[in-house]
Amino acid sequence: MKTINALSNAASALRRQAMATGLGLAATLYTTAALAVNDLPGGPAVNQLDLHPPVTRIAAEQQWLHYFMLVICMVIFVAVFGVMFYSIFKHRRSKGAKPANFHESTTVEIIWTVVPFFIVILMALPATKVVVAMKDTTNADLTIKATGYQWKWGYDYLKGEGEGIAFVSTLDTSHRLMSDSGKPEPTDDYLLKVDNPLVVPVDKKVRIITTANDVIHAFMVPAFGIKQDAIPGFVRDTWFRAEKTGDFYGQCAELCGKEHAYMPIHVKVLSQADYAVWVEGEKKKLAAKADDPAKVWELPELVARGEKVYAANCAACHQASGKGAGAIKPIDGAAVVLDADKTKQIAILLNGQNNGAMPAWKHLSDTEIAAVITYTKNHWSNATGQIVQPADVLAARK
Amino acid sequence: MSAVLDHHGDHAHDHAHDHPHGWRRWLFATNHKDIGTLYLLFSLTMLMIGGVLALGIRAELFQPGLQVVNPELFNQLTTMHGLIMVFGAIMPAFVGFANWMIPLQVGAADMAFARMNNFSFWLLIPAALMLVGSFFMPGGAPAAGWTLYAPLTLQMGPSMDAGIFAMHIMGASSIMGSINIIVTILNMRAPGMTLMKMPLFCWTWLITAYLLIAVMPVLAGAITMTLTDRHFGTSFFNPAGGGDPVMYQHIFWFFGHPEVYIMILPAFGIVSAIIPAFARKRLFGYTSMVYATSSIAILSFIVWAHHMFTTGMPVTGQLFFMYATMLIAIPTGVKVFNWIATMWRGSMTFETPMLFAVGFIFVFTMGGFTGLILAVAPVDIQLQDTYYVVAHFHYVLVAGSLYAMFAGYYYWSPKWTGVMYSETRGKIHFWGSLIFFNVTFFPMHFLGLAGMPRRYADYPMQFADFNALATVGAFGFGLMQVYFLFFIVIPAMRGKGEPAPQKPWEAAEGLEWEVPSPAPFHTFETPPKLNASATKIIG
Amino acid sequence: MSAATHGQTPYYFVPGPSRHPIMAAIGLLFVIFGAGQWVNGHGWGAYVLLFGLLWWAFVLQQWFRQAIGESEGGQYSDRIDVSFRWSMSWFIFSEVMFFAAFFGALYWTRVHSVPNLGDLENALLWPDFKAVWPSVAAGATASPAGIVEPFTTMGPFWLPTINTALLLTSGVTLTIAHHALRENHRGKTIAFMWLTVLLGLTFLFVQGYEYHHAYTELNLKLSSGVFGSTFFMLTGFHGFHVFVGMLMLLFITIRLMKGHFTPERHFGFEGAAWYWHFVDVVWLGLYVVVYWM
Ligand code: HEA
Ligand code: HEA
Ligand code: CUA
Ligand SMILES: [Cu+2]
Repeated sequence: MKTINALSNAASALRRQAMATGLGLAATLYTTAALAVNDLPGGPAVNQLDLHPPVTRIAAEQQWLHYFMLVICMVIFVAVFGVMFYSIFKHRRSKGAKPANFHESTTVEIIWTVVPFFIVILMALPATKVVVAMKDTTNADLTIKATGYQWKWGYDYLKGEGEGIAFVSTLDTSHRLMSDSGKPEPTDDYLLKVDNPLVVPVDKKVRIITTANDVIHAFMVPAFGIKQDAIPGFVRDTWFRAEKTGDFYGQCAELCGKEHAYMPIHVKVLSQADYAVWVEGEKKKLAAKADDPAKVWELPELVARGEKVYAANCAACHQASGKGAGAIKPIDGAAVVLDADKTKQIAILLNGQNNGAMPAWKHLSDTEIAAVITYTKNHWSNATGQIVQPADVLAARK
Repeated sequence: MSAVLDHHGDHAHDHAHDHPHGWRRWLFATNHKDIGTLYLLFSLTMLMIGGVLALGIRAELFQPGLQVVNPELFNQLTTMHGLIMVFGAIMPAFVGFANWMIPLQVGAADMAFARMNNFSFWLLIPAALMLVGSFFMPGGAPAAGWTLYAPLTLQMGPSMDAGIFAMHIMGASSIMGSINIIVTILNMRAPGMTLMKMPLFCWTWLITAYLLIAVMPVLAGAITMTLTDRHFGTSFFNPAGGGDPVMYQHIFWFFGHPEVYIMILPAFGIVSAIIPAFARKRLFGYTSMVYATSSIAILSFIVWAHHMFTTGMPVTGQLFFMYATMLIAIPTGVKVFNWIATMWRGSMTFETPMLFAVGFIFVFTMGGFTGLILAVAPVDIQLQDTYYVVAHFHYVLVAGSLYAMFAGYYYWSPKWTGVMYSETRGKIHFWGSLIFFNVTFFPMHFLGLAGMPRRYADYPMQFADFNALATVGAFGFGLMQVYFLFFIVIPAMRGKGEPAPQKPWEAAEGLEWEVPSPAPFHTFETPPKLNASATKIIG
Repeated sequence: MSAATHGQTPYYFVPGPSRHPIMAAIGLLFVIFGAGQWVNGHGWGAYVLLFGLLWWAFVLQQWFRQAIGESEGGQYSDRIDVSFRWSMSWFIFSEVMFFAAFFGALYWTRVHSVPNLGDLENALLWPDFKAVWPSVAAGATASPAGIVEPFTTMGPFWLPTINTALLLTSGVTLTIAHHALRENHRGKTIAFMWLTVLLGLTFLFVQGYEYHHAYTELNLKLSSGVFGSTFFMLTGFHGFHVFVGMLMLLFITIRLMKGHFTPERHFGFEGAAWYWHFVDVVWLGLYVVVYWM
């Protein structure tokens, strides 16, 4: 293991050197944004050359493995191409080289088959250990389900301290607008800022169960060394035990449609005590926010509520104007929306349409669905005066 | 040389239709050389189209924020860039090389099935029309990535079906092309050209064709299931009906991984022809090269799930696919070592083909090493779906497949066109490409390590500098290819340049150098008599 | 080359320029364009598709006619015969791989995805789903989301078994025809060929009846979850191959009646026979894994 440590030291040294060169390069290059932007702790650093500083054992192991591989590969590379370039400089005709005549040797063929075979085994051994550790998701202190939606993450605290907490985490709207503007202000957490970060306690084994509502997404947090596809209809899991408090960032890592670049992951790691406080506060908020599904709403109230739901969920595709875009159907003036039979629109929201091009929204509460439908039925040119009550939605769910 | 030469003029028996002229010559071609030319021109066109799409991607990624395209279009660009490059540029180009060179190298009059050969080519045109035309369909081109993962494909518009049908047709084309190549090699070699005396390019293509026939139908199956899921109510990839999106990935990558070797084995063949010619020394370890190629092909069937480490496989699955993948480094290494041993104590000169061949070995190996790093499952968890992967596969595809094709072009174009390219221009093309290639793709390793996901239209600002650098490189690289087109290919096609001798490379071996330059319309109509090593014609 | 030496077989016949390939490709352009429009709800696409298919079939007819003319005209040397053998073998190999994709899908859904959907972990998503293949057992829902109406599966008795017998018999009659051809009993050959074609046709009718039965009485449809998907796609593609093989045999029979083929040389016959046996073998696989298991 000594040699391996030496290798990894050499790797870090190399890395530092590369970093210096890289920075020099960056300075000469400098494009608009980069100068004003700073490293984002827990997220990417400016012109970062390496994996994220590890915050879990697994991430540290991965980084070590990467150095280990890199060093072996570089050594082989230098050796092999050292020979090649030596030959290129020495055995060229302009240097008067005469061609030799040999063209086969079983001995060397065997050597350069067997030696790489052992090198590969050498590489596979430590990797095997990490694979086994990585896949062991048993005995978690906290289990959280992360559901990928187009395009946000839903978190449900399933087991452990905080059980029952559930919320959705979306990219900060101003960032999305900045992106569209084409001239985003220098922002350290550009495209990484969310409304509700995932909150976890430090030093606890957190098991993340991933699944998805529509298409495949992937839950990735580089500092934790995790990346797990979220597959609709199936659950998969991964785990981490963060060794530091702080904010850590990741992004969706599987192409999931047009807003793929806009569904970041922000994990806030809190000390045990802070986490307990957070859980308390969250539980209180939940209790206060819970809508009574039996409540009968007035139209303006419900429209106002619906506007918020629309902005948070629907506007990304159907646009604030309700006109849709491209393949996305308009809502303004749509036949289903104007239809007196409310159940049609309720059914579309609950079940989706067009193979999920319009996803199912059944994870929204009855009140939210009722509100957003009422809103669409009474906004833009749609003035139906119809009102959909949460009870209608509840009835349609069965 | 009587067996070699075209009997044009001195034999009255040649029918007029054997020497077609004008447009019929191309549209109705049955001549392997003409069909080869058609293939090469087609793929060059697709390279340009795919390249312009890539420049669209790079232009968008030049700075954070969306300036050039919207995210929908961005995904379409990425998807179509991948599809067009893989199915339109690289694969047909190698088939073009095969068409031109295999009959010449084995001493056959033509491909085994000349009409089917032309059919394989013409099938590409409807496919390309559908594929490129899908940009103009409602909802735009397919935007689910070149891997066309379900269930995202189920959300695509009508262009997805156009894409699926186009790929069916291209698959049929590849299968017929491969059957032609295999049969030509197995059945039409001149007497004395035993399998183990055959040039390596033919060997690598023989094995590639086998891979193609084995996996193209599997791809056809996968996309057919996508089609029926989209329109006919099946639930292959729909968990609500008992199906599984991950099943798509298994089927796709069972095709997809061998596919990447389909795109590299013929490149190995080209390089194995060029290195000995310019080292003036026979290829080292011919037999082991054949075995190594076969091993790569066999192993390629059992490694596919290394593209799926993050889908959540059981430990045993991850370990199996990790080990199997790493094994491929061994036969590939054997090839690299053999090439270097060929150069060792040779008497080398560095004309453009040799430059590209050496460049190939050097840069491809870097791509191979990053592949090996990706094969290590825990590391891949960090790197999967990041720009590190993009860097990896452009190192093997652009600096691998594309470079080998450039090498092959410079090596054989004198035979095709009858004129020598300009050595200075070739060198400009090589050095320009090499430098800009690395400027474009080397920084992507850093981006990937730092966690920048691929297929992203916009990214956190910390990634800005490397992206800007990559964009600059990409435009430079693109310009070098424009240079190649306008200053090398087009002049050669117009016959500008010094007349090429029959054998421009003094130490080149093989029957292709036994016929005049440009190669006459008909060659080896009756089988030539060969010397003991099957490299020369003796009667 | 080609007709270089009239009356005498060239070393390797290379056909002259031909308009068939590009014409066939144009036909296929119509096919894929029409199909693409049709599946997206444009009725006219179906006509374009049909037009393309007819065009294509017409071109193929011309093409084959020319090739048969060359063959009968003695242009095809033994070496070409070998080429045909190789090419047919590789073509059949490609078909094997095509079916492998669908058999693979069946394997995966049965052994992996359906059990996974119903396991403890997945109860989080589908609490009511009990994984039972083919999802019609008591208490088992046909699909996780309950989108599939209950259906009955197709057992091996009796239609599929009858079909097995039909196909096996057709293999025998085909072999008898082949032997007869080799012994130059042309009448017997033709009679047994017709019998083979007829057996093939009967197979298709029985399968058509089986599908009808499935749709109307068993409520087993293409949309019956993944069972329906794999069932119909496997048997359907197989049926399509039977159809194609039957056409091949039919054309061979017609050629036999025209006096083509000799006892020594008849690769057209053999190629079609290989294909037929391949279709037969695929059926045996289906019979076991789709109907019995
Ligand atoms: C020409 C195409 C080509 C080639 C040749 C390769 C070659 C290899 N590839 Fe690559 N690969 C792609 C094209 C190619 N790949 C593409 C297109 C993708 C992405 C697809 C997508 O998702 O869109 C991909 C993705 C990809 C992944 C998935 C990454 C991910 O998505 O997470 C992996 C993981 O294992 C991988 C591994 C390898 C390996 C181990 C090789 C090996 O064959 C390399 C072997 C070569 C060497 C190792 C160098 C030479 C050897 C020596 C000098 C000997 C001595 C060395 C040792 C003993 C170490 N590739
Ligand atoms: C098979 C070969 C192949 C080749 C040759 C290339 C060539 C190039 N590729 Fe490509 N690439 C893929 C295969 C290939 N690629 C695949 C399979 C993917 C994955 C797709 C997916 O994720 O689904 C991909 C993805 C991919 C991405 C990631 C996109 C994303 O994740 O969103 C990027 C980004 O930079 C990129 C860039 C380039 C560039 C700059 C070139 C350059 O080398 C191109 C150079 C050529 C030209 C530029 C054309 C010639 C020039 C002209 C016609 C004139 C105009 C030029 C100027 C005015 C300068 N490619
Ligand atoms: Cu969600 Cu990408
Ligand atoms: Cu692979």
